[in-house]
Amino acid sequence: MRTRRLEWVIERALFVCAALSVLTTAGIVMVLAVETVGFLREVSIGEFLFGTQWTPLFANPRFGVLPLVAGTVLVSLIAMVVALPMGLLSAIYLSEYAPEGLRRVVKPILEVLAGVPTVVYGFFALLFVTPLLQRVIPGMAGFNALSPGIVMGIMILPLVSSLAEDAMRAVPRGLREGAYALGATRMQTSLQVVVPAAFSGITAAFILAVSRAVGETMIVAIAAGQQPRLTANPLVPLETMTAYIVQVSLGDTPQGTLEYRTIFAVGMLLFLMTFGLNLVSTWLRERFREEYS
Amino acid sequence: MKQRADLVFRVLALGTLVFALATLGALLVDVIGDGAGRLDWQFVTSLASRRPENAGIYHALAGSIWVITLTALLALPLGVAAAVYLEEYGTRSRAARFIEINIANLAAVPSIIYGLLGLGVFVRLMGMGRSVLAGACTLALLALPVVILSTREALRTVPGSIREGSYALGATKWQTIWHQVLPMAMPGILTGLILSLSRAIGETAPLITIGALTYIPFAPDGIWSPFTVLPIQIFNWVSRPQAAFKENAAAGILVLMALLLTMNAIAVFLRDRFQRQNRP
Repeated sequence: MRTRRLEWVIERALFVCAALSVLTTAGIVMVLAVETVGFLREVSIGEFLFGTQWTPLFANPRFGVLPLVAGTVLVSLIAMVVALPMGLLSAIYLSEYAPEGLRRVVKPILEVLAGVPTVVYGFFALLFVTPLLQRVIPGMAGFNALSPGIVMGIMILPLVSSLAEDAMRAVPRGLREGAYALGATRMQTSLQVVVPAAFSGITAAFILAVSRAVGETMIVAIAAGQQPRLTANPLVPLETMTAYIVQVSLGDTPQGTLEYRTIFAVGMLLFLMTFGLNLVSTWLRERFREEYS
Repeated sequence: MKQRADLVFRVLALGTLVFALATLGALLVDVIGDGAGRLDWQFVTSLASRRPENAGIYHALAGSIWVITLTALLALPLGVAAAVYLEEYGTRSRAARFIEINIANLAAVPSIIYGLLGLGVFVRLMGMGRSVLAGACTLALLALPVVILSTREALRTVPGSIREGSYALGATKWQTIWHQVLPMAMPGILTGLILSLSRAIGETAPLITIGALTYIPFAPDGIWSPFTVLPIQIFNWVSRPQAAFKENAAAGILVLMALLLTMNAIAVFLRDRFQRQNRP
């Protein structure tokens, strides 16, 4: 009787630990929502979402978040131009071409690439890639979107590669053998049979990569500058949503003020963007799993 | 013709891999070239200073070790308990399914959002201030999804016959888990823990957000002490205009990488032992 009660208590206790994750999500939503509501009481939601000037720390503050969103989108776009094609190519190579021995060498190295701290990538972008690019593009500023975008793309490449490879490996062998039997080359089989068959899994990987780029902080905080600017020019300094949060956190803005609340409002927007992307990615992956089980 | 396209494609794909590896190589060469000259015993044992040639990394190294140890102490029991529940108890219940989806989503939340959570809940609501404890709590929440996922994988490798044998001898469910399943899964669990910690130790953004200091001339002396960590110190040095501080940043990166390498070596060692142990 006593052991049975103990068993019950333990099961409940374990459940509470598991439920902590739900509490974490609730905590994130609560913290962001409370401060965002406080922020929106003083700034209209229209000005926040559609204003084109972001100067909350100036004497005459303006709270239009679009310049920060544009900065985030521009850097993420550059990162995706690097990470998606290269990630997909390396996934196809690893899944369809590479001999087992090469895979065993390359995969751990890609893992190392993914495990390098982002602050190190920031250092690399600012002090290695930017000077290198400046030699090719003379007018480029010391802080810009291009260099952190490229470096971020390289950082995200392993994520795309390994998730896309998993998706392609899950494609049944029979499909490939059918293609070979019809006289297709390896490339035709890869591009016209395996990739389409793994399409939703690969798309899920791509979307997760976008989400990672949008939330990435240190590379842009170090190498992109701190000037909110509504521009599509990748050669001038700008500021992303994440870099803005870092900028305010480093300064001594007193808490409880409107300036201080801006980081939660920006954080809320960031959370909603990445959360939406993650949901779509999860949904696609589930669908992919159903197709082949 | 078909063959040539195939060859071009193969070269392109291999080129991508070579590019990725070359970048890693360039990064290492760049950091070592900038930092190796600055890295000596004085650098590792000195505190922060306004003068780059006197500045050291000791306070940040100590801060990182404090925070990461505390993070491990928090994340290990919580993560293992959650994983045991999901894997051994609640596999079919709706609540467990909901928790699973939630954990998968949490794993993809940007780390800076965890920083805002830590600022709102630990620093302010619970009144921990900008302490080592608040930093460790934040990083523990950040590390939990990965710890839970890797623990579940480790639990799954324990063969069902072990559980059945234990039940047959009259053991209860918890006795079976505690005395049979967990000890067998332990090396795998620890590997996952160390890998998630090695990610946490490189985290900068969430700790800046909760207000860890960027300039601090002493090492922490307890869980309530203010602190800084290696990545924040590196960020601080990178952001300064003087070239001498960039050298310090590179040397700091070398210390951080050495710490990461040590942790990964331990993880690989454990994984190796784990595989050998489970071989029939």
